[in-house]
Amino acid sequence: MKTLKKEYALHLMLLPGVIITLIYAYGPMAGLVMAFQQFEPLSGFFKSEFVGWDNFKYVFELPDFMQVLWNTILIAICKMVLFLLVPLILALLLNEVTKRWFSRVIQSAIFLPFFLSWTVLGGVVIELFSLNGPVNGLLEGLGMEPIMFMLNNGWFRGIVIGSDVWKGMGYNMIVMLAAITGINATLYEAAEVDGAGRWKQMLNITLPGMMPILILLGVLSLGGILNAGFEQILIMYNPTVYEGGDIIDTFVYRLGMFSQQFGPAAAVGLFKSVVSLVMVSTTYYAAYKYNNYRIF
Amino acid sequence: MHKSTISRKIFVIGNTLLLSMITLLGVIPFIHLLSISLSSNTAAMAGEVKLWPVGFNLDAYRYLGQKVEFFRSLGVSVERVALGTAINMLLVFITAFPLSKSNDQFKYRTMYAWFFAITMFFGGGLIPTYIIVKNTGLIDSIWALILPGALNVWNMVLMLNFFRGIPRELDEAATIDGAGQWRVLWRIYLPVSLPSIATIGLFTIVGHWNAWFDGILYLNSPAKYPLQTYLSTLIMAINSQMTSISIEQIKAMENLSEKTLRTAQIFMGALPIMVVYPFLQKYFVKGMTVGSVKE
Repeated sequence: MKTLKKEYALHLMLLPGVIITLIYAYGPMAGLVMAFQQFEPLSGFFKSEFVGWDNFKYVFELPDFMQVLWNTILIAICKMVLFLLVPLILALLLNEVTKRWFSRVIQSAIFLPFFLSWTVLGGVVIELFSLNGPVNGLLEGLGMEPIMFMLNNGWFRGIVIGSDVWKGMGYNMIVMLAAITGINATLYEAAEVDGAGRWKQMLNITLPGMMPILILLGVLSLGGILNAGFEQILIMYNPTVYEGGDIIDTFVYRLGMFSQQFGPAAAVGLFKSVVSLVMVSTTYYAAYKYNNYRIF
Repeated sequence: MHKSTISRKIFVIGNTLLLSMITLLGVIPFIHLLSISLSSNTAAMAGEVKLWPVGFNLDAYRYLGQKVEFFRSLGVSVERVALGTAINMLLVFITAFPLSKSNDQFKYRTMYAWFFAITMFFGGGLIPTYIIVKNTGLIDSIWALILPGALNVWNMVLMLNFFRGIPRELDEAATIDGAGQWRVLWRIYLPVSLPSIATIGLFTIVGHWNAWFDGILYLNSPAKYPLQTYLSTLIMAINSQMTSISIEQIKAMENLSEKTLRTAQIFMGALPIMVVYPFLQKYFVKGMTVGSVKE
């Protein structure tokens, strides 16, 4: 009797969350049937005509699609690698700083953009690289021709990758610094006695000590293989750089919301969701096996 | 502790210089932004402003004080942050609490946990979500920015991991004294979880303040845009005009836009985050060690 009453209260607590999740998380999952429909908003999920795999065929044969897929993977992989490499170097350099206030000031400056929105950072980046902006001012000062950075496909990609690393690198850096702090101090003392210098200590103690967290961060990032940064690119791109900067998410957005091709847009979305699911579950399983990492 | 050899000294100097440069590179863009907003429009448009205002004046901010769109969207943002944070936090509390129970205390725990966990791995994506939001009648309402994300599963997991660290005896003692589960949550669990609540609360506030794309997607009338959505329209308006081919055309275009006013608005959009940043940084590091990265 007692337990029944107790559990009843627990079910009641979960009810609002369950309802919200059913409607706004499971609803769209069920709504993915539209990927196999000639979807008409007025007919809805139940009355729209089923067309099998036609939407997928249509999209995969679009001339731009392969370019979009390539852009997505290229940008995402570059970001993944840099998100490991840059914070690692920063963390190792910061670890050599002995003055605590100096280390803290640097950490603060590096971490700040992480909390700012892409509207703010996009606005800043566009201004920095505009024709009258400071970067071109610098080039002119060096006697070079100004470059239209935001209208050049190659530059645009580089700016997208670089500015995302700028925004996000603080997070991994903090995680890595925490990992360094966790390394047993006696190891360093023993190395000192053996006559190992700072460089040797970094190679033989710090780096191996960070390996678990480096592998974990790397493995978990693989789930984002098709996430090249939707909000960032949406705020920064323009039609001239679609060739180098258009990614799956922005492509789906335009296909669905502007061209009103809901079925094909949902088909691309489903493709992305399935690939991500496979990547995420494999990598989480690997992380669990290797590092005993669990979310729940 | 360390032997100070000459090479070590050289390294320390080089390292200090390098890290200082990186720090400056990170801060300079914001100083530049602020300088433009404090300069005369002609100097800003000509690209004369670098790190210090040229023709210092407060016109942009004075004009901003009269700009209806800015204040209207600021009001929407405040409403969104208040309403959204209250609902998000409530849902995090009441969802995390039952899930923090052990299986013998609550035998359906695993079932519910999977129900929520699946949504972290798979989603319907942009278009079906839009259709569902539309079908539930939220389009062009502030609720479209709040209800679809009302339960943030990541934050919920953070909270439940913290709840789990609370000794079970507290719960059991209160239950023997006749307290119901709601009372246990409100009177025992929440008061001892204040640091975690502060952490998750700050994340939620920042998340709602920074969100802008859902406004573009779900709201039709610009009058209902929150500040960040309004700012995004300013920036995207420039981008859509950028396709003009010649340098002269682009220069002319850049000049037409009210640059100082635009940068003033962007700066104001970032200001609240910069003000709470010291707290954010402090609690963020705590929050990370509580939940996401476990060893």
